[in-house]
Amino acid sequence: MTTITYVEAHGQAVTVDVADGWSLMQGAVANGVEGILGECGGSCACATCHCYVDEARIGELPPPANNELDMLEDAAAPRRSNSRLACQVKVHSAMAGLIVHLPDRQQ
Amino acid sequence: MTSPDKVVIVGAGQAGLQTAEALRGMGYAGAITLLGAERCGPYHRPPLSKSWLAGEIAAEQLAMRSPDALERKGIALRTDAQAIGIDIGKRLVRLADGGALSYDALVLATGASPRMLDIPGRDATGVLALRSMEDAQAIAQRMALCAESNRPMVVVGGGFIGLEVAATARKKRIAVTVLEAAPRLLGRVLAPTLSEWYAQLHRWHGVNLVLNARIAAFETGADGQVCGVQMNDGTLLPAGLVIVGVGVQANDGLARAAGLACDRGIVVDACARTSNPYIFAAGDCTARSTSEGTLLRLESVQNAVEQGKSAAAAVMGQERPFAAAPWFWSDQYDIKLQIAGLSTGADRWETRGEPDSGSFSVYHYCGDRLLAVDSINDAREHLQARKRLDGEGT
Repeated sequence: MTTITYVEAHGQAVTVDVADGWSLMQGAVANGVEGILGECGGSCACATCHCYVDEARIGELPPPANNELDMLEDAAAPRRSNSRLACQVKVHSAMAGLIVHLPDRQQ
Repeated sequence: MTSPDKVVIVGAGQAGLQTAEALRGMGYAGAITLLGAERCGPYHRPPLSKSWLAGEIAAEQLAMRSPDALERKGIALRTDAQAIGIDIGKRLVRLADGGALSYDALVLATGASPRMLDIPGRDATGVLALRSMEDAQAIAQRMALCAESNRPMVVVGGGFIGLEVAATARKKRIAVTVLEAAPRLLGRVLAPTLSEWYAQLHRWHGVNLVLNARIAAFETGADGQVCGVQMNDGTLLPAGLVIVGVGVQANDGLARAAGLACDRGIVVDACARTSNPYIFAAGDCTARSTSEGTLLRLESVQNAVEQGKSAAAAVMGQERPFAAAPWFWSDQYDIKLQIAGLSTGADRWETRGEPDSGSFSVYHYCGDRLLAVDSINDAREHLQARKRLDGEGT
């Protein structure tokens, strides 16, 4: 289990333990975090799990693949340099304490 | 209707959960009961034929909400709860365990069930369809046996489910034959050039693909286990597992028995209202009446999500018509197909991008009107197509 903090669009922080190997999306939806949809179930097909990873730590994550970059291009909320699709980021112990900000819209 | 005190939702899949959460999102403060016939709570179905079946993720990772998360939202989930009847006059849902629940508003999100083939051997052990987690577990077990004993499997139906399962089986090096009754794969959704492209893709990955296939029977051994597929032309294809993926039918039995308008699905308007003012329906179980006066049956996550939101609004007495362009996707091998729009009636196709590059899109037109876009590993084109189709009010 790795502790991840999701900050919902209106500022509410929710800290949950996410099992290693789960995606940031799975950890958020299973725990009912607001502002993340993950409609496609984690296939990188819908861009409804857009999130902003703590800028200071974005470099610790493996970089996004081309299809993720393409999906981010047209996500509902503005894309930033720390934008990721939460379904494409696998959680592991080195990510403990990571802060993930959620946008105000996903569609 | 004024805001109801008690909402009962039959079906704890994507549409049912979406309705429940959308109600809370709209400020509904009354009771919500979500009835699920399965043992587990809401889960994502699309990965069942893909990453879950491939063994890349665990069943727990498919969960859409933990019990805690539902409780926090005041959504009472009852699993293993099968609704068996609706008493329209008394506004009651009857359950298989003998109980009953009264409602002020009822939402039917009962989903759909796989069609089976009416041929000899259809009940043999190892002839399976894929819809639920339980189905997927049975298929995974059987696939493991096939892999261990080096036995081939046969997939009946060259649609999304069949082809995704075939692709997953090839990852496990199981010999796979896909039997498609039509002259081309995914004939109802893809442009002809793409059907051919997918046929080549599967053949390249070692799938034995038979088009225009005619099946006579599933051969059953003395132990009741399927052992092969008998074709009309006399060919016998050995098989330790047969997957039947020949489409689904809407679960509209409850609605039909209660006298609601049904036509290959529960008939709803654009706001998810049925023919009864206290009953709404969302997701794969519905047939939506369109502005052209036709009925549209869509089996997709997007349809479940959007109709769920419409149903919640309608329960609250608000109109939230759902008319966005449909979209679908499929993962096979390392290829992501994304479809925007409905291509029925297309008479002209245009390819953008280079098919040999592995990333391109096919545009479906009827005359000058864009109907749909199929994108292969081309997410950007897909998202732009969705925006364009929504803008044109398709």
